[in-house]
Amino acid sequence: MRNTFIARNPSVLVFLAILAVFTIAVTLLSHAYGTGGLSTSFVKTLGKTLCLCLVAIAMDLVWGYCGILSLGHFAFFALGGYAIGMWLMYARTELIVTQSLANAPIPPTEQEVVDAIGSQIFGVVGSSDFPAVWVFAHSFWLQALMVIAAPGLLALIFGWLAFRSRVTGVYLSILTQAMTLALSLYLFQNESGLRGNNGLSGLQNLPGVQAGQDEISVWFLWGSALALGLGYVLAAWVVSGKFGSVVRGIRDDEARVRFLGYSVEGYKLFVFTLTAIIAGIAGALYYPQAGIINPGEMAPIASIYLAVWVAIGGRGRLYGAVIGAAFVSLVSTWFTSGQVPPLNLGVYTVDWVDWWLVLLGVSFVLVTLFAPKGIGGLIDLITDRVTPDRHGADYGPDKGALQEGEGRR
Amino acid sequence: MIRPLRAALLLLSLSVSPALAQTGALSPIQALLQEHREAIEKSSRRTIQPAIDAIRDSGLDAAPLVLEQWGARNMWQREDDGLFFYAEEVDRDTLRIFDFATAQSIGEFPDDAFDQLKPNSGIQGLIASALVKFQLNDPDPAKRRDALAALARNGNERHLPILRESIGAEPSAGIRQQKERLERLLTISFGASDAERIEAMDHFRGDLAVDVRAALNPILATTTEVVEGDVPAEGQNIARALRPGSESFPEAAAYDLLVARDMAPARLSPDDQRNALAANIADGRVGGVPVGELSDPAARDRAYAGLVEAGLAPPAATGDEVAAAVEAHSFYERYREASGAVTEAAQEVLRSIEVKLAFNQFLDLTLDALSLASIYFLAAIGLAITFGVMGVINMAHGEFIMMGAYTGYVVQQLIPDYTLSLIVALPCAFAVTFAAGVAMERLVIRWLYARPLETLLATFGISIALQQLAKNIFGTQARPLTSPGWLDGALSFNDVVSISYIRIAIFVLALVFLAFFLFLMKRTRLGLETRAVTQNRNMAASMGINPDRVNMLTFGLGSGIAGIAGVAIGLYAKVTSELGSDYIVQSFMTVVVGGVGNIWGTLLGATMIGFLQKGIEWFNPSNTLAAQTYMIIFIIIFIQFRPRGIIALRGRAAGD
Repeated sequence: MRNTFIARNPSVLVFLAILAVFTIAVTLLSHAYGTGGLSTSFVKTLGKTLCLCLVAIAMDLVWGYCGILSLGHFAFFALGGYAIGMWLMYARTELIVTQSLANAPIPPTEQEVVDAIGSQIFGVVGSSDFPAVWVFAHSFWLQALMVIAAPGLLALIFGWLAFRSRVTGVYLSILTQAMTLALSLYLFQNESGLRGNNGLSGLQNLPGVQAGQDEISVWFLWGSALALGLGYVLAAWVVSGKFGSVVRGIRDDEARVRFLGYSVEGYKLFVFTLTAIIAGIAGALYYPQAGIINPGEMAPIASIYLAVWVAIGGRGRLYGAVIGAAFVSLVSTWFTSGQVPPLNLGVYTVDWVDWWLVLLGVSFVLVTLFAPKGIGGLIDLITDRVTPDRHGADYGPDKGALQEGEGRR
Repeated sequence: MIRPLRAALLLLSLSVSPALAQTGALSPIQALLQEHREAIEKSSRRTIQPAIDAIRDSGLDAAPLVLEQWGARNMWQREDDGLFFYAEEVDRDTLRIFDFATAQSIGEFPDDAFDQLKPNSGIQGLIASALVKFQLNDPDPAKRRDALAALARNGNERHLPILRESIGAEPSAGIRQQKERLERLLTISFGASDAERIEAMDHFRGDLAVDVRAALNPILATTTEVVEGDVPAEGQNIARALRPGSESFPEAAAYDLLVARDMAPARLSPDDQRNALAANIADGRVGGVPVGELSDPAARDRAYAGLVEAGLAPPAATGDEVAAAVEAHSFYERYREASGAVTEAAQEVLRSIEVKLAFNQFLDLTLDALSLASIYFLAAIGLAITFGVMGVINMAHGEFIMMGAYTGYVVQQLIPDYTLSLIVALPCAFAVTFAAGVAMERLVIRWLYARPLETLLATFGISIALQQLAKNIFGTQARPLTSPGWLDGALSFNDVVSISYIRIAIFVLALVFLAFFLFLMKRTRLGLETRAVTQNRNMAASMGINPDRVNMLTFGLGSGIAGIAGVAIGLYAKVTSELGSDYIVQSFMTVVVGGVGNIWGTLLGATMIGFLQKGIEWFNPSNTLAAQTYMIIFIIIFIQFRPRGIIALRGRAAGD
């Protein structure tokens, strides 16, 4: 029994335990189901953070394990958000419209209802017709399928094009960044049919649910925690077996893996598409808690932040990604909300709302230079994980290969 | 001899009391006004023309003054003797009255004693066109030009003879030419005979000016007409017959036209149907159909049919009736211009213009694309050094561009003279960004040479820090970087092809940098060492080259050029902290598309991207976002076929 999944991945049990304790603790402190020690908005922040942790796991899988520095995974995240947002917006508007039309002397026809929903939703962009992309919006299940299908298909097509022409390293990063930019520019147009720069709004209201936001926020926290737990186990499973060994081999020395007879492109494409789908699911859970989504969310900079979280947490270890995403996004919320007391230097008072990004940028450079293991490296102090002695050499010749300090013996 | 006499007369007129003026002899202009007193008082558009003509043709010096003041509603009539004056209001109840003949004030009076003449806008128009004669013959050339410009905006057929008259006496050759041109333009629109109009048109064959098209296009304006039976063969100037059901003329539009002409009953809109149904609910039923069933369109039709039967609603056209009605009629477009010869000539002249216009628009587009390409090239040339030659991904490159632009702004705050400040700003920007680049290379990048992905992320950290720093220092609003006066304006070849001087300057700057880069890399010691170090660092080191120093200088150089590019870009775009990030993705694309490590590749990449973007914009001019989207998609696909760019390095220099 030495070789079971759990035995190979002791971190999974620890992680799941911590996640469960966290979820129960937040539930007991929430307004709806507990003492009310945590405000509803903070419960939402925690729920959103869990989703960000999930997308960070996806990023770690594709970058830390497969060596593809994708600068497009936040676009997949936002696509998932758009997919579920379309249903939320449609269903909610449908309820409102049906209610208002119920008082009309003549009962409305189906066409009239759809027209009224259309003019409600697209009034802001000066239109009232449903664009073709909304064809599934009336059905939760079809639209939930789109959460997986939209990012998955985009990743599949893009990945197939990119990997088969052997675009690697920084070129691939720049190409994914370009894809993200193209997508966000496209969505910024009113003609894209997704309300241009207005984006989708009012997503925090679940159609047909009478419960208040305090209860809904806890439900979403549970959902996000469940997704994060499942995502973690899935990612750990993917990277633990033979498949994981091949993927790590691709990261460190792609040419050698290819010469060993593995279809490198196939492996890469699988990991790229799988992580895009995970990112899409994370986004579908995130944006109902945020309440609004617009194309600005998928600006290229957001995807780079994602890489920053993983790097700060420690890439190549799944819990590192979670720690990085949770730590940076929570600290960022703390600093930008103005709760941190300003630092008085005598000649100049540092207001952290203005200086937080400077601090983040600089500390990020420092982490890259001096602590390649990131925050996750601190865990090594209490476990028996030892870095290998490779006399300073990296794991392989590829650009994404692990550095000596990041590895484990 | 004459002067004392005139002075005496002036004295006399000043000393004459109003009472005396009444009895004394009237001045010629006042006499003329009194002659047409009735018409002027009546102020009717139909009867006023003789009065205006009489004043215009009187040859009196005061005539233009009368027309001007009258048109401006400044003419007043004294109630007790009916004499006309012009006046300005001193305050609410008091007027300062002026005499037309002398243009002198004759004192201030309460306005009760005077009636203001208020010509309506129609009469004001008549007066204004009468005034044109004086303006066109004014001794001041500037006034004549103003009058011509006003005529070009809103000339009409009344102006035509006046304009023709004034051409002969025109002393200035330039204005004479303008007058002749305007005369032809007016003839096109208002000429008396067809032959005259066609002849005027012929002069404008291939003329690109906007006013020519503005004169010709209304001639070709059409209205859609409908008749029962076939299209009339003659008697009307028909542009083309319309076939209902085609894409440009759907059946619905055809029927709407019939309804608008009262040639067919209106079709029932869903709204009308619903309202009619709602108005006739009785005992929970409408026309025999229970209200609850009316969410079905078919049930609604049945209910409405029931209402029509009961005489409670007007009958509506059914689909078959609509089709039959459309079938029974012919639809065609008719020129508003009656003469077929004129429309034909106009069409021909317009066609000749359009061919030339298309060619010129293509030229203009090419110039636009060239200037956009040079901007991309300028933004990317620093990257071509740091990324292309050294292989360092510098995400903070955009922020170096921004630093250069802000340096230009700061220098401009210190040195108010724009030309001088620009000359100072260029080396300053270079120095600032060179120093920043060297510092960054020493502190961060040199530890990461073998790790390009880590470099990417670390430089991104620097990029967000620098951007926020700029926001903290300069605020979020855009700062202006004003270009010197000699860069204002545009070099225009004709009405279509023009390019602003700033863009020419940027183009020249891009060329200068290209030459500089080539010289540096191919002809200097530093270039040789740079190439050696980037190809094989250890070998270069063993040849006595200090690779640390070379890397530092090369990186500094690339950053410094980014700073200068920042000044150039800041001149035509506003300086904000996001200035750099707007260009960073495009710059990387430029280098990647062109082929890494080759300056000609970067040039080609910038040219391709510039032309591509302008080309896509030409198809859909209103949407530059779409143009960028499609351009990026195109580039992603392009990379599929040439993964190493347009000019790919081969052999050992390629690295792998």
